[in-house]
Amino acid sequence: MTMASATARTVPPSRQPVRRKTRKDWRGWIFVGPFMAVFALVFIAPLVYAIYLSTYRNQLIGGNSFVGLDNYTQLFQDAAFWHALLRVLLFLVVQVPIMLGLALAAAMAIDSARLYGANLFRIVLFLPYAVPAVVAVLMWGFMYGDQFGLVGQLNEALGTGLNPFAGNWTLVSIGNIVTWSFVGYNMLIFYTTLKTIPTELYEAAELDGAGQFWIIRAIKWPALRGSMVIATIFSIIGSFQLFNEPNILRPLLPNVITTDYTPNMYAYTLAFSGQQQNYAATVAIVMGVVTAVIAYVVQLRGSRNEER
Amino acid sequence: MVAFMLYTVLPLVWLVINASKTQGELFDSFGLWFADTFALFTNIGDTLTYKDGIFIRWVGNTLIYVVIGAGGATLLATLAGYGLAKFKFPGRGAVFAVVLGAVAVPGTALAVPTFLMFSKMELTNTPWAVIIPSLISPFGLYLMWVFAVQAIPTEILEAARVDGAGELRTFFTISIRLLAPGIVTVLLFTTVATWNNYFLPLIMLSDPNWYPLTVGLNQWNAQAQGAGSQPIFNLVLTGSLLSIVPIVVAFLFLQRQWQSGLSAGSVKA
Repeated sequence: MTMASATARTVPPSRQPVRRKTRKDWRGWIFVGPFMAVFALVFIAPLVYAIYLSTYRNQLIGGNSFVGLDNYTQLFQDAAFWHALLRVLLFLVVQVPIMLGLALAAAMAIDSARLYGANLFRIVLFLPYAVPAVVAVLMWGFMYGDQFGLVGQLNEALGTGLNPFAGNWTLVSIGNIVTWSFVGYNMLIFYTTLKTIPTELYEAAELDGAGQFWIIRAIKWPALRGSMVIATIFSIIGSFQLFNEPNILRPLLPNVITTDYTPNMYAYTLAFSGQQQNYAATVAIVMGVVTAVIAYVVQLRGSRNEER
Repeated sequence: MVAFMLYTVLPLVWLVINASKTQGELFDSFGLWFADTFALFTNIGDTLTYKDGIFIRWVGNTLIYVVIGAGGATLLATLAGYGLAKFKFPGRGAVFAVVLGAVAVPGTALAVPTFLMFSKMELTNTPWAVIIPSLISPFGLYLMWVFAVQAIPTEILEAARVDGAGELRTFFTISIRLLAPGIVTVLLFTTVATWNNYFLPLIMLSDPNWYPLTVGLNQWNAQAQGAGSQPIFNLVLTGSLLSIVPIVVAFLFLQRQWQSGLSAGSVKA
């Protein structure tokens, strides 16, 4: 199975009912060419350059020299990298299902149209997506404060002892910010897919006496599978790339959020503070491979389910 | 759902309320209600004039990045999405594989290598370092491709071809109109992505005169927390509020367009 057809199958709208003969010629490149040219410059070239960099090492003695896979073997024995990787894995295993579950529930609720003011719900839920990560983190950072912030005032009023900044709560606090930012975005992806279901299907189902539960199971859920896969992949990528939120929170809790808190922060630190650009490139490549493999597995599983 | 709404709205309400407080009141008044002085307009004035109006400069930079970056990204994604949807050309499968494969190795992991490459090309610390990577939006391409499959009947293209119209002419006179809701949608999403971009400008730029709003605001925030610093949290909050207002207004104003763009095709012809 080629990648192209596998992806095409996960995207329901590409099923064309009427397929006229489409001519096979080069004209499509007039349109795809410009995108691919820039794409080559900002995606493929850096990738190739990173691979090149990762096979070199800049040493005090001897300067820049070819070291083969030494950087990779070093990375696999690097505890800091493994801790960071495990941290984002833990994050994604907990945060992604919560976020997508909430988004799915919201999309279903709005789509069932029995909800009063569905349109308003949809817009409001989506708004945080338009808020820059910097602003979102600054806001939540202020609110999290256990002395001056909202949490502190809550503690005082209710006598609770919440502290979102405590070491073992930090990841949860970050997860909350990410969920707040992206739940509406994912809701919209699901909602849009639900909207593409032809109403005839619902009418037919009702004629057959299907209840809400069966409509969800037999019509909505299968239709959602494609966008579920897409949303999951995007969320996994987002988790592996985690940088903005911890990095902006860092000044508030420098002892908990270290400069190698996530793999991406580690790469950033290596490149810009440690001047270890070759090693940073190695981290970037390994993370790219890890992400791609997991995204591919998710996609494969998603499309296999669809065949059943 | 009500709890959900509260969860979504509360931080924003908090931001609006607290942008109206003075530096001192931020810390000794209740977070979810207004303090004695209503300092919103003073804060706005201070934000815009602080350090010779650097905030306005950041707004201008952000606008430049958005107009060229998001505008260009939308154009490229529209052309390419249309090409993928309506033509079977040699290498089409490869384009799919490469672009979708690359989505899995995205932005931030590539940012460090891109920085190193751009720095060799002496592009870092110039606006181009921010604009060029913004030009590619795989999500925009995906959206446009799905949209074009549905929005443009192949019959119309064939009719235009029979009439002897060239492909580019057909695109600019016929297809682009049918694609309009999709284009607005992609434009809005790429605009948000560029407006909110933080990581890329953070690593590419070292001169505050080129900062976009996001990097600038965070610099203000960090500056407010250092030892012996002069805290300007009220300006950070007011600046944050100012930086989300345009984008939120755009979303609300254009909501019919982008929502129909996202769900168009659901109506069967």
